[in-house]
Amino acid sequence: MSVDNYIILACVLFTLGAIGVLVRRNAIVVFMSVELMLNATNLAFVAFARMNGNLDGQVIAFFVMVVAAAEVVVGLAIIVTVYRSRRSASIDEPNLLKY
Amino acid sequence: MIGNGAVVLSEGAPSLEPLAAATGVFAYLWLLIALPLLGAAVLLVGGRRTNRWGPYLGVLTVSLAAVFAIVLVVSLLGLPADDRAVGQTLFEWVFVGGFTVPAALQLDQLSMVFVLLITIVGALIHVYSLGYMEDDPDRRKFFGFLNLFIAAMLLLVLADNYLLLYVGWEGVGLASYLLIGFWQFKPSAAAAAKKAFIMNRVGDVGLSLAIMLIFITFGTVTFDSVFAAAGEANESTLTWIGLLLLLAACGKSAQFPLQAWLLDAMEGPTPVSALIHAATMVTAGVYLIVRSNPIYDGTAFALTAVVIIGIITMFLGAIIGSAKDDIIHAAFEQNIIIGICGVLAAGITGFYMTRMVIMTFFGKPRWPDDAHPHESKPVMTIPLIILGIGSVVTGAALLYWGNIESWLEPVTGIEEKPLAIPTIVLEGITLLIVLIGVSIAIARYRREVPVLAPKGNLLTVAARNSLYDDAINEALVVKPTYVLSDGSIFVDERIIDGTVEGSAHLVGGLGARLRRLQSGFARSYALLMVGGAVMVLVILYLARLP
Repeated sequence: MSVDNYIILACVLFTLGAIGVLVRRNAIVVFMSVELMLNATNLAFVAFARMNGNLDGQVIAFFVMVVAAAEVVVGLAIIVTVYRSRRSASIDEPNLLKY
Repeated sequence: MIGNGAVVLSEGAPSLEPLAAATGVFAYLWLLIALPLLGAAVLLVGGRRTNRWGPYLGVLTVSLAAVFAIVLVVSLLGLPADDRAVGQTLFEWVFVGGFTVPAALQLDQLSMVFVLLITIVGALIHVYSLGYMEDDPDRRKFFGFLNLFIAAMLLLVLADNYLLLYVGWEGVGLASYLLIGFWQFKPSAAAAAKKAFIMNRVGDVGLSLAIMLIFITFGTVTFDSVFAAAGEANESTLTWIGLLLLLAACGKSAQFPLQAWLLDAMEGPTPVSALIHAATMVTAGVYLIVRSNPIYDGTAFALTAVVIIGIITMFLGAIIGSAKDDIIHAAFEQNIIIGICGVLAAGITGFYMTRMVIMTFFGKPRWPDDAHPHESKPVMTIPLIILGIGSVVTGAALLYWGNIESWLEPVTGIEEKPLAIPTIVLEGITLLIVLIGVSIAIARYRREVPVLAPKGNLLTVAARNSLYDDAINEALVVKPTYVLSDGSIFVDERIIDGTVEGSAHLVGGLGARLRRLQSGFARSYALLMVGGAVMVLVILYLARLP
């Protein structure tokens, strides 16, 4: 199978994730969309690694997964804390930090 | 020796031998300046505590300086005529690279004349002030200022370089400002002080430019080195230096066109007028010109300018001194027409001096009934008597023992030049014209002098207004200065500030609008990021195309 198909799939997934981040209000869903974007890039990395026949892209995909795991830990903690104080998981609600 | 700067003295300048080091009594030369300076410091820093004995200390310091000056002149007379110049380096004042200016003093025949004048007349004026200022609550301050004036004046005439002279020059300017405006509760006195100060500033600009030009041309400011090199300098440079020095002298000596401050300076206490007018301050300009004579030797143009300025001022009646004969003499050396003008000015001087004497001392009393003129106390009259005797006796003594030129000859290097008209004829003509002036005055004012000044003709009115001197100054100097300053204000406020503040407003306004982007909504930030990323991609794609 050509590498093009993987890249197209990665692009579709990335765009879906980006649209999700932009249009959804629920913080959990936004978070999931971010994960989708990260994994889309992972897919692209692995596909390119396969195409080039070395392991560099796969190593980077591992790094992305580690960072994503760490991000989940911190991000979920923030979301839970905000939910506790505001009784809401809406991402538009906490907008005090502005001009 | 003095003048240990980087400049090597040139050979072949006979009248400019290196100064002998100060020894013996001359080693205490600095005391001349230190004494009045100490008096000024004690009186002005000491404050009210010195109120009671301060004035006497002021008189004491200047009197000691006068006594010391007499000791010095006696010692100087004991030396051979060619060795009558001593120098004393006090400390290294300015040293920048190869350029050094020592704080050094120089006593020669010329300085000595001025030192005698300043200290003796100054001391008499101090004594006179004891009586004149007896009831003034601030008399301690007055004596402090007087001491400061004397110290600055002595520094001016004793300095051995232009830079140190400049210090004394400015010191005199400051002290005269403080003294003229001593009764500053009178608006007229405060205005007169300001006028004197500002008009002196005009001259000071000339002096500072002259010093800069001297430094650029000769690489040194020490009198010895400058004068030794003056012969080889180019004539136009010398002319410029000469004219700038003349401007300085005009300011300090109240010569045309900077003479207007001197009449207003009468607003100060009478001793101040005596100190400034008659005795010392106005002679500072004369000192500067005479001291700088090697510079004028190389430039006939500047020398002519000096003489013309002198004659014009004589015409305007600001100078009445014995110097007029010398000016006339110098004028005839320059040009016969200038000389004739000089003789006429002498005649006018004779006329108005006689008029003044007649109107003051002869005729019936003209004071109103409730005024009670009375004779002053001895402490005031005795100094006046001494000064009166001194001016007559000194004149006679100079006639009898030879004139001041031969005493100054080693400094000025001027010998009497033969004229087209013999000197005796010239003196005779001058004297005749002066006598005519005197007789016209006697003929006109012998009659009863009216109580109120008569209306007078056009010329009289013009003369009463100091020949519209203030109006001329107003039109020539003050108005253009206002225009200039208004223009500067416009450039400063509109153009410079406009640019600076305008750019600040631009950035501020831009920021105020841009910060609206910081809405606090995480999703709008995300949109901006996506938009930016897309833009980067598009640019990369477009840039890759060709």
